Amino acid sequence: MTASALALALILTAPLFGALAAMLMGRRGPAIALATIIATAAGTLILLVIIATEGAVHLAIGGWEAPLGIQLRADGLAGGFIATTALVMGAILAVAAKPFAGGKTERRSAYTFWPLALLLWGALNAIFLSGDLFNLYVGLELLTLVAVALVGIEGKRETLAAALRYMMFALMGSLLYLLGAALLYAAHGTLDIALLAERVGSAPGDIVAAAAITGGLAAKTALFPFHAWLPPAHSGAPAPASAMLSGLVPKASFYILLRFWFEAAPDLAGSGVLMLLGGLGAFAMVYGSLLALHQDRLKLIIAYSTVAQLGYLFFIFPLAGGESAAQPWAAGAWSGAIFHALSHAMAKASMFLCAGLIIEAIGHDRLPGMKGIVRALPMTVFAFALAAITLMGLPPSGGFTAKYLMMTASFAAGQPFWALMLILAGLLAAAYLYRPLALAFALPDEDAPAPKAVSRARQFAPLALALAAILLGILSAAPFAFIQIGRPGAAVEGLE
Amino acid sequence: MIASIFDLTLCLVILAAAGAATLGRDAFMAVVFYIVYGILIAMAWLRLGAIDVALAEAAIGAGLTGVLLLAALARVARKAGKEPASAASVPATTIATALAALVITIGIAYAFLTLPEPQGLQGHVAENLAASGAENPVTAVLLNFRGWDTLLESIVLLAALLGIWTLAQDEAWGGRAGLRHVTRPGSVLAQFGRILPPIGLLVGVYLVWAGSKQPGGAFQGGTVLAAVWIVTIMAGLMQAPRVADRALRAALVIGPVIFLALAVAGIFAGAFLVLPPAHAGWLILAVEAVLTLSIAATLAMLVFGPPEPEEKR
Repeated sequence: MTASALALALILTAPLFGALAAMLMGRRGPAIALATIIATAAGTLILLVIIATEGAVHLAIGGWEAPLGIQLRADGLAGGFIATTALVMGAILAVAAKPFAGGKTERRSAYTFWPLALLLWGALNAIFLSGDLFNLYVGLELLTLVAVALVGIEGKRETLAAALRYMMFALMGSLLYLLGAALLYAAHGTLDIALLAERVGSAPGDIVAAAAITGGLAAKTALFPFHAWLPPAHSGAPAPASAMLSGLVPKASFYILLRFWFEAAPDLAGSGVLMLLGGLGAFAMVYGSLLALHQDRLKLIIAYSTVAQLGYLFFIFPLAGGESAAQPWAAGAWSGAIFHALSHAMAKASMFLCAGLIIEAIGHDRLPGMKGIVRALPMTVFAFALAAITLMGLPPSGGFTAKYLMMTASFAAGQPFWALMLILAGLLAAAYLYRPLALAFALPDEDAPAPKAVSRARQFAPLALALAAILLGILSAAPFAFIQIGRPGAAVEGLE
Repeated sequence: MIASIFDLTLCLVILAAAGAATLGRDAFMAVVFYIVYGILIAMAWLRLGAIDVALAEAAIGAGLTGVLLLAALARVARKAGKEPASAASVPATTIATALAALVITIGIAYAFLTLPEPQGLQGHVAENLAASGAENPVTAVLLNFRGWDTLLESIVLLAALLGIWTLAQDEAWGGRAGLRHVTRPGSVLAQFGRILPPIGLLVGVYLVWAGSKQPGGAFQGGTVLAAVWIVTIMAGLMQAPRVADRALRAALVIGPVIFLALAVAGIFAGAFLVLPPAHAGWLILAVEAVLTLSIAATLAMLVFGPPEPEEKR
């Protein structure tokens, strides 16, 4: 038995075992989730230590090497996403333990929530570790079905409509992705990303495959103009589900896009495609931010903010892809986008959890009702403010490090447009997050009903996530070096 | 490529069935043509020599999906009191969808026609078949070489069932799945309900058993067993189980649980999901057996639907 095999097995199977156990024992969800968190966290810690000390881990499932079998690959990028997911899921499940508690008799929403949440975790880990295009498709399918079910778990008419619309977009995305993977297999006889890197050229089949894969994954990542499904789905779900859906789920399809464009087909990326992806990202950023400014419900503001924040993840393509990949600024741009993905996961999950606690206290999430909520929920409002700092990209947060790295790269690359867009993104985020924060700190109305109390312990979970996003900025050197481990063609640049 | 008049005709009929299923206004006819389309696609797979895929397509693509669509149609019709209003003409959306479909079709055609000589993995599979524990190369790929995909797929089915269960009404939770079926004694369905199950059981078990040497396996066998259960319940001979039933839940998860346990046991060989060649044969058969049970239970529960309030049953 090797430590790396143990770590990978724990990370891949603990959430799945947990989900199956929760399906079997309906009222034990929270206890099963706790056991899952412990087992997965243990596996994650072992894996992080192994990656940091010995470098990227490779494991052929069943002992079957590529092209016959499926390869697991755990490099710094995978480790970063797995660790962030463990942290975020841990906090979300801790907050969910009360609204979805087992109780004396089994309830529909409490019964279905736990296996769905744990399956979501299992699907994410399977995706982050996979080095095989078809295996990634299976992971995406599991993730999609579970995410759709979580959107509709409250069973209201509007949320079911949002879930159905999400399913249409997501399944269309899956089909396009599968089409691309099938074309690549037909042409090159392998689904293994490392082998494809040696074989993919610029034949017509490769170009069509890349277009299908990119289009499909962009729809799943809610890149403009495929964003329409996101705000109703993410704002309609119960808060712990929204936190997973907004913080983690779109990162999986973005992660596969990174693996595809930077590892499987790096030479296919022409500047036109890269500019198009970055440009759509910029459009999403402006569009999502402007709509976030116009919302009157807290969860909708946070959901439109996700459209905007996912948008500038795509600046990684013009700044670090194609001909830029070999340039000295590529490492900074690449790491900046990864920092953004990870810190956004923590901050956005924290924000949705805060919104959920505010809804528990005042019964709704309409902005005027939030007036003076800081008196009742000081920790929650503090967590919300810290998460807002990360989303705006203010120092010393992880979001700041992300923007700093991407902006430095954009000037070095002679493409200052992206830097301007990043500044604009920060200003717009400050504008749409100012309204809820200002209201939270305002004096409450005399006749306002007293908010219900929420326990300190539950308020701590979103605070811990928001603090983690800040710490990612303060202690950025170690994670910066870590996510570079195993990066193909890495020209490692420091933080200067 | 197209070897005969038969193949050419088959292709044209497939296109016609697909067109009728998508362009028709009547929802019931669309479902019927969709089922026909599934059977025709299964025949196409047969012509291509992919018997395993043909079996799966006929059982799941045409059979089970067809039943699901018909059941959904019946529910919608009952709720609305009439046929679901077919989408009134929305020219802009229709034109946009048609254009997108056209672009994708041209893209696929272009890519397909310029594809180099296909280089699949048949050679690799044949070389390692002896160590896989299965004589049927498809089973070797599904249960051994790419067993991790199959394991995840079996869990995808459970995710779909959970998704359907989230649609239950809160007060109905824990009750029997779906609506009660009553048939007149002596009616065709009641007769079939008694004749088909024993034959179906035999066919289902045989498909799993044969899977290691010939076409067949857990998904195909599981579908047939699910059909047996569905027919018995539709004939009113049995009641659908309660969703909170312990035995049912155990049946749903046992396949994935044992497959997962086997995957974890791989750490003792320093890897993940390892089937030692000396034991691979019986391990594959054992995993297929429990997977069949779970797949059959899951597929049948998908068809029964979420639990309904008692007064409606």
